[in-house]
Amino acid sequence: MIEVKHITKSFDEVKVLNDISTRFEPGITNLIIGRSGSGKTVLLKSILGLYDIDQGEIWYNDRNLVELNEKERKKIRREIGMVFQGGALFDSFSVAANVRFPLDMFTTMSAKEKQKRVEFCLDHVEIQHTAHKLFPSEISGGMKKRVAIARAISLNPKYLFCDEPNSGLDPETATVIDKLIQNLTKEFHMTTIINTHDMNSVIEIGESVLFIAKGEVGWQGTHKEILHSGNNKLNDFIFANKLYAQLREEGDKPEQKQNT
Amino acid sequence: MLRRVFARPERTKIYIRQLFREIDSLGVNSVWIVIIISIFIGGIMTIQFAYSMSNPIYPRTLIGLGTRDTLILEFSSTMLALIMAGKIGSNITSEIGTMRVTEQIDSLEIMGVNSAGYLILPKIVAVVFIFPFLFIISVFFGLLGGMVTGPLAGVISIPDYIAGIQWLFYPYYVTFSLIKSLFFGFIVASVPAYYGYYVQGGALEVGTASTKAVVNTNILILLFDLILTRLLLT
Repeated sequence: MIEVKHITKSFDEVKVLNDISTRFEPGITNLIIGRSGSGKTVLLKSILGLYDIDQGEIWYNDRNLVELNEKERKKIRREIGMVFQGGALFDSFSVAANVRFPLDMFTTMSAKEKQKRVEFCLDHVEIQHTAHKLFPSEISGGMKKRVAIARAISLNPKYLFCDEPNSGLDPETATVIDKLIQNLTKEFHMTTIINTHDMNSVIEIGESVLFIAKGEVGWQGTHKEILHSGNNKLNDFIFANKLYAQLREEGDKPEQKQNT
Repeated sequence: MLRRVFARPERTKIYIRQLFREIDSLGVNSVWIVIIISIFIGGIMTIQFAYSMSNPIYPRTLIGLGTRDTLILEFSSTMLALIMAGKIGSNITSEIGTMRVTEQIDSLEIMGVNSAGYLILPKIVAVVFIFPFLFIISVFFGLLGGMVTGPLAGVISIPDYIAGIQWLFYPYYVTFSLIKSLFFGFIVASVPAYYGYYVQGGALEVGTASTKAVVNTNILILLFDLILTRLLLT
């Protein structure tokens, strides 16, 4: 479980997060949604400890991240798996070496055990054996995301963070990635936080949804409740995304986009 | 940044593996360019010395001596460092800079890896380690270039050239230049690494950082050349 209490964060006196409190439960997919510039990435990076917050508390079960020193923070980070927007795979390593990297760095496993673990993780994200020796530049965007997920779960993390995990993917692949994250969350009982602005993801896997608007909690609920929230800001956001989804379903027609 | 670079590695074995990779990619891959440049410069210097010492009152052996001392004192240490700043320095900035803008460095940090140490320390150690060897290779092939070019151009015979490069040889010149090459190795690896590590933006900014890194590395090399020459040679 991750709980944030009254988080405030400013950059050059501009308040980006204002008194945010929420709780992310394990075993379910927790989504943070909001428009670009709403503060959702700052919130995610603050929870990860990449940004120091001005006020508030960030609890990883019984440990308050804010009060921990760098050494103790590093311990928590080793319990975290992270999937970045672009995958952030190491270019100079093969697919298998990318997944093995955290094992090399932080475990005392034998080479055989590491190999087994790498295969286990890559099998879980349905990467074929023939792709294990390929380099990130040789694989597709969807595969990169899968490998990034495999690397994120290689150390059996308690917490999984995903920043726009299906951006740049076609709708079908995006749904596959969403479902994959949801299944892994349930299988390994992780506390998963997904940062997204894709309404398809919200409808598919939004078991808990936190809507951020102008740095504040705009709404919180589940994907079943979201269409009947009665929240104007949230409805504006949903409408914009529905429109985008509709355009995408119709195919790539720039003229139509301009007319709209 | 340097404090983080020299912090205790999380896993020494992985850093050592990384060090060998860097020695190969930054050092061994530079050997050919060093050999080619040194042969040509050695040859050119021999012809130029012969031209400026065409007066018969100068002994022919001075051509070999001049080529040798210029190679040892300045070219194979300082000029080579300037050239390597372009080759190795831009490589380091663009590699680390690309890792920064594609979130690979954030990824290391979130894993709990000291990204500055993991990415930069092996590069600094590798370049500092390889630079004295590049210096020795450069001197050897520079002298060889002079020995081949001099007789071919008809400006000096091989026995005169060899006598010249043995004449008035001070081994301290080599020690002095080896010390310089250690300093230059550190500058060539650390300054570009700094620019790459703190780059912000995208591909355009990585390119700009790479240019800035090479320019500032060159300035620092020349500054340290002046300081070290003043301290060690006068």
